[in-house]
Amino acid sequence: MGGYLAKRALLALAVAVTVSLVNFTMVLLSGDIAVSIAGPTATYEQLERIRRDLGLDQPIVVQYLRWLGNAVRGDFGDSLFYRTPVADLILERLPVTLTLGISAIVFTILVAIPLGVVAALRPNSWIDRAALSLAVAGQAMPSFWFGLMLIVLFSVMFPILPPSGAESWEYFIMPTVVLGYSAMPAVMRLTRSGMIEVLTSDYIRTAYAKGLRHFKVLFKHALRNAVIPVVSLAAVQFGYMLAGSIIVESIFALHGTGFLAWEAMKTADLPVVQAILFVFSLFYIVLTFLSDMLNAWLDPRIRIG
Amino acid sequence: MTVQVANAAPATAAKSGPGFWRRAWRHRGLMIGLTIVAVVVAIAILAPFLTGKDPYYQDLLKRLKPPVWGGGSWDNPLGTDNLGRDYLTRLLYGSRISLLIGIAAALVAGLIGTVLGITAGYFGGRIDLAVTFLISVRLSMPVVLAALAVVSLIGGSLVVVIAVIGFLNWDRFAVVMRSATLQVRDLDYVTAARSVGCSNTRILLTEILPNIASQLIVVATLEMAHAILLEAALSFLGLGVKPPLPSWGLMVAEGKNHLLFEPWLVAIPGSALFLLLLAINLVGDGVRDVTAPDGR
Repeated sequence: MGGYLAKRALLALAVAVTVSLVNFTMVLLSGDIAVSIAGPTATYEQLERIRRDLGLDQPIVVQYLRWLGNAVRGDFGDSLFYRTPVADLILERLPVTLTLGISAIVFTILVAIPLGVVAALRPNSWIDRAALSLAVAGQAMPSFWFGLMLIVLFSVMFPILPPSGAESWEYFIMPTVVLGYSAMPAVMRLTRSGMIEVLTSDYIRTAYAKGLRHFKVLFKHALRNAVIPVVSLAAVQFGYMLAGSIIVESIFALHGTGFLAWEAMKTADLPVVQAILFVFSLFYIVLTFLSDMLNAWLDPRIRIG
Repeated sequence: MTVQVANAAPATAAKSGPGFWRRAWRHRGLMIGLTIVAVVVAIAILAPFLTGKDPYYQDLLKRLKPPVWGGGSWDNPLGTDNLGRDYLTRLLYGSRISLLIGIAAALVAGLIGTVLGITAGYFGGRIDLAVTFLISVRLSMPVVLAALAVVSLIGGSLVVVIAVIGFLNWDRFAVVMRSATLQVRDLDYVTAARSVGCSNTRILLTEILPNIASQLIVVATLEMAHAILLEAALSFLGLGVKPPLPSWGLMVAEGKNHLLFEPWLVAIPGSALFLLLLAINLVGDGVRDVTAPDGR
């Protein structure tokens, strides 16, 4: 386990460094910080001076190393729009996004896994078809449109839920459903196919042959094995959800990190955009690393093989 | 029970040929999906003949007219938007943008991903390690955020949106093509081609590629849907293609301000988008069911 852990950690670190380099270069080449700071009316000399002062005339690698050196110490520079440290802005907005992300992944798991299990128990039954239709619809549903339709339904036609803001838990219901539904199809399908495979395996037949009860076989023997790949998928989906929060937060006016990213993009606030891309990439890498570890712990074949 | 066995038997038969078409014909989801996609393609091509109006023509005296079922007239069957443009005309022309982005972005992504995936799977070793590393780097980048960041900073146009989505979405092509190549590269017909002295390029193009084509088609359809969805989301956030283009995502965004009294402004383009994505997904799932019945 120790060797496997070290190898995966090293790989995760290498991926993190490469991703941050790609993100940094991509954003730097797409925008022009000097123009963002000085505005479109600045003279050529002014732009040149800003570039020299900020070190923008140096090679990208040099700029990147300086940025990374500061970033690992938690310093992402100042926002061009708010004029405050980017790290403070992100930390201030992160709780809303994390609350939304965690409640959405819990919602996904609570709906998708039971649905997948029930569908797997009776393949081709009406409940299996219903679950599959829900998944197919979920894959095709644009989340921004789904969110707006929920607002029309539950805030305008039947005003029972608040359309925007983040004052209490009621404000998180619709965003949670929208974000959670986007991850549901994948989790449901994987649970279903995993359960179908496990239920037809030899050791399940043995368990029944020993005379074990149906529920015990189902939960202790079958689900435990079928759920292993679902764990890593859920971790990946959680990473996507945090990044996907930009759409949901903009619809429901939840002032989280996604909303901050949206504002920063509209105002060409490059330091903020760069920092948020870095933080969300890092979240994803840590999440997949943790799920790999969890999988290796649950299934010894992975860490040895 | 006997029925199931009888159904399973032809499923394991040849992958293409008459069995393939018969199974495709019987697959309800695939047929529904194909029909809807065909209708949308026909609409995109024939848009100027289906409506006599101009999607950019503004008539400020006829702003926000309701659709027929909401008390409107047949002059504007789906009503008009806040600039008095005919909503049906804009909806019909909007299909062109969605299809163009879906096809072009999937082509770009497919080219990158397929080349990477096949070389990694075929040659293995260090090349495979390098490509696998590239894939994990790509997967760690949040697509929606990265696409939004680049498009908003460069400035949204059709070409920029297509290029960005294409360059960001090759990962699934690479993953699937790599594992598919791994499955066929040591089969007898590949070994035979190699022992006869065929070059690697020739083996890849004439032996490997045709045998993993069905999986390529499945990924291509799903990625097409993904690209269309991304463009709509980008345009919805005001960071994708620019007005006055009749992008469905942009139409939803423009209708958002009238959500309270004119909800159909949002409902109509959103439904069109949902229907197209649903149809493309049905086609992708259907092709997978028909070509690899046990791979659901």
